[in-house]
Amino acid sequence: MQFFLNITLGGIATGMIVAAVALGLVLIFRATNIVNFAQGAMAMMTTYIAYAVLHQGSGYWLAFVAALATGLLFGALTQVVLIRPLQGKSPLNAIIVTFGFLIFLEGVAGAIWGSQTRTYPAPFSEAGQKIGNTQIAFSPFDVFVVLAVLALMILMLVLFRGTDLGLRMRAVAFAPETARLLGVRVRPLLTLGWALSAAAGVLAALLVVPTSSLTPNFMDVILIYGFTAAVVGGLDSPVGALVGGLATGLSLAYVGGYLGGSLEPMAALALVIVSLMIRPEGLFARPAPRRV
Amino acid sequence: MPVLEIEDLSVSYGAVHALTDVSFSAAEGEVTAVLGANGAGKTTLLRAITGLVRPRKGTVRYDGEQLEKMSVEKIVRHGVAHVPEGRSVIEEMTVDENLRLGSLFRFSRRQRGPVIEEIYALFPPLAERRRQHANTLSGGERQMLAIGRALVSRPKVLLLDEPSLGLAPIVTARLMAVLRDLTQASNLIVVLVEQNARSSLSIAQKAVVINLGRVVVCEDAAKVAGDSELRHHYLGY
Amino acid sequence: MGELQKRAQGLAAKPWFRMPRQPMLRHLTYAAVAVVFLYFLTQKLSAFNDYEVGQIAFYAVALAGLTLLTGINGQISLGHGGFMAVGGFTLALLVEHTTWNVVPELAIAIATSALVGAVIGIPATRLRGPYLAGMTLMVALGLPYLTNQYNSFFGGDQGLTTPQPTGPASINPEQWLAWIQLACALIVLILLGNLLRSRFGRSFRAVRDDEIAASLAGIHVARTKVIAFMVSAGCAGLAGALLALSAGGVNSAEFPLSISIYLLAGMVIGGTGSLMGVWWGAILIVYLPTSWAPALASHFHVNSQVSANLAVIIFGLVLVVGMLVAPGGIQGALRWVAARVGAYFSPDGVPNMKLSLQEAPTDRAVHDGESVTQVGEPGVQVHPTND
Repeated sequence: MQFFLNITLGGIATGMIVAAVALGLVLIFRATNIVNFAQGAMAMMTTYIAYAVLHQGSGYWLAFVAALATGLLFGALTQVVLIRPLQGKSPLNAIIVTFGFLIFLEGVAGAIWGSQTRTYPAPFSEAGQKIGNTQIAFSPFDVFVVLAVLALMILMLVLFRGTDLGLRMRAVAFAPETARLLGVRVRPLLTLGWALSAAAGVLAALLVVPTSSLTPNFMDVILIYGFTAAVVGGLDSPVGALVGGLATGLSLAYVGGYLGGSLEPMAALALVIVSLMIRPEGLFARPAPRRV
Repeated sequence: MPVLEIEDLSVSYGAVHALTDVSFSAAEGEVTAVLGANGAGKTTLLRAITGLVRPRKGTVRYDGEQLEKMSVEKIVRHGVAHVPEGRSVIEEMTVDENLRLGSLFRFSRRQRGPVIEEIYALFPPLAERRRQHANTLSGGERQMLAIGRALVSRPKVLLLDEPSLGLAPIVTARLMAVLRDLTQASNLIVVLVEQNARSSLSIAQKAVVINLGRVVVCEDAAKVAGDSELRHHYLGY
Repeated sequence: MGELQKRAQGLAAKPWFRMPRQPMLRHLTYAAVAVVFLYFLTQKLSAFNDYEVGQIAFYAVALAGLTLLTGINGQISLGHGGFMAVGGFTLALLVEHTTWNVVPELAIAIATSALVGAVIGIPATRLRGPYLAGMTLMVALGLPYLTNQYNSFFGGDQGLTTPQPTGPASINPEQWLAWIQLACALIVLILLGNLLRSRFGRSFRAVRDDEIAASLAGIHVARTKVIAFMVSAGCAGLAGALLALSAGGVNSAEFPLSISIYLLAGMVIGGTGSLMGVWWGAILIVYLPTSWAPALASHFHVNSQVSANLAVIIFGLVLVVGMLVAPGGIQGALRWVAARVGAYFSPDGVPNMKLSLQEAPTDRAVHDGESVTQVGEPGVQVHPTND
């Protein structure tokens, strides 16, 4: 029972991180029908930069903020340089470009920082806590993970539901041409979307890196879990990203806990297959049918 | 008096000439009906005016400005509102959000409320559904929302693409009456693209008939409506 | 009309040799020429060169499958290295547990990876979009973990050994293996070439160009996509099995994500949608990581860290820059040049070649949300009736 509880708690923490990655994917997919396969690698690069800042002697929080800011900038730049020229071309081109960018970034990170693993500190203790007489595997850092992702989700919710900027961004995502006819400038909003998405990816990377370790490909697996979560929740639903993230995190935790950790990536694939067979549009698909 | 002036406008899609040397002007306080068969180039004409397609040659002038080189957003901000075919409401948003979106670039946060209320007064069925998602609306309500969303920014030029398509005759008639009153009351320039020639001629002052991408008739609406040979030949009634 | 043009026309009217009209015959003619050429090539080569020729052959097989999937059918796989791994491990397990001949072993490797392809492909076709791309990436990333989990079955870190098939005593084993690999490549290319000119090939293209139009024309879109993916995965499986024979064994390190990347880059370089372009891609995959990148690194005296990652960086750049600048790849560029030259010689010809990711460009990608019906609007002109 205690084992089950601990696995569940671990699954929730992982699920929140996965949800942040999924949210990043959803933000871009919804607006441009592109899955940014480079998102994990972009976050990885940014994390190395945060690592460098940290080793300049700056504190954890300065590095944290620097990473998020770099992420925003990186996302915007990527959109302008790589994605904008692809507008109106086959979606396959965008997939190949983002995937190629993933490879390129991992190669560059390897060339600059090598493939050895580095440890990245956590801002809070990663040790489990004792409640009464039972030791539970939920550390202060896990609490921070959950709160940080919740804060991200709430910020996004406020942005999209409560502000004019968010209203414009949603219009661009749902109906770009109609948005233009209502005087909305589409291009800067798409750039902003990429910036926010990259920042969500960076947050996920900063939350996962203390427990994994910093290598050029440490985000690969997290990215595919994020993809899983996004498919489960519905690729164009931010709420689905959260629910899908938790579902994915918990499922993988149980598979890892009871069957073996090496099975987790394949379990994620099985989850995608099953969810596509049962509910292909995802749990929280938007109501409108696909436009022909 | 500012007019919308279209001169020698030609649009091609690759090798296909959609519009050839189209010229006409539309005056304030008047409805100009653009008529023609399916595929005559009417939709292309509206898309060229708002910059959604770029003309191969020719000019679109309004209020002393050349529109054909401006971006879509700039043209819209200049006071040209375009309601595309197919009631392009954003289904994932509520009625209120759709209208708010239309008002964003013209009005400050404080001014928006009253402006949107005016639209609700113009189209009372929308007021009852302001919190509903637009995908729950009927065809007529969607058309009202699409037109209302265009009007909320107080445009000076209103381009309407087949507003009566798929609507019941009584709904069409009511919509046309609202349009006629509105045009006169707020001195709008309305360009009304319709296949339904009879109902659009009933409220139009001027009629432009397009066939195979060329203007074949540019006359007073009453004259076109009265000319049975012309009606037979191009308008099919 | 210029003298050159007259001569060109004369040539066109009376060719010294006319290729057979029938696709199968035509492809067999190509293959016969290739066999003669390659026979003499392997005769001249050392054992190590035989090994490289064999590598080029099996990468060409994998690339042909990928090109069929992406260029002809408009789907994409980011993890074809995963399907190569399926083929490689299948062959190795058969070698371990049976005493069969290499031919049925290869056949079963093909069938197994095609089957795995179906498991991935069927759910992916339920929706449009990047599902297949993501799922194939998961296959490529997840398979090494799977072999770790069951390492007693898959041979652990050492992996499983696959001894080279022995041929006639007079032929050295490297050469024999290279022949097998080349024969497989030629057979696969002939069969795929025929497939593309068959009813299936036409449905593949129709589905790529417009799924809705294809389904209205009576094509079962989902089934067509699954078939294309199974054929493609089967090709990758065969390539993986042939790789296992070359490598003498398989382990999870033999099929890293980078193979999938190499394949994708090879396809982009070769020219998506061109079966002949696969040779360019295969040459790149074989020589860039092992010879060209190290040569470049030592020329510029970069440190070992950079040189270890140079190939990957170049492949990433190839994918990004290739897609943005020259989506037609080498074969596309050659066709473009050929069209220019052809136009120079033809009396009225204007080169009408567009470089596009897909083999036959259609005007489908109309931007800014214009729909196809508007493009064709004047084409559906309805004449007014008098009633």
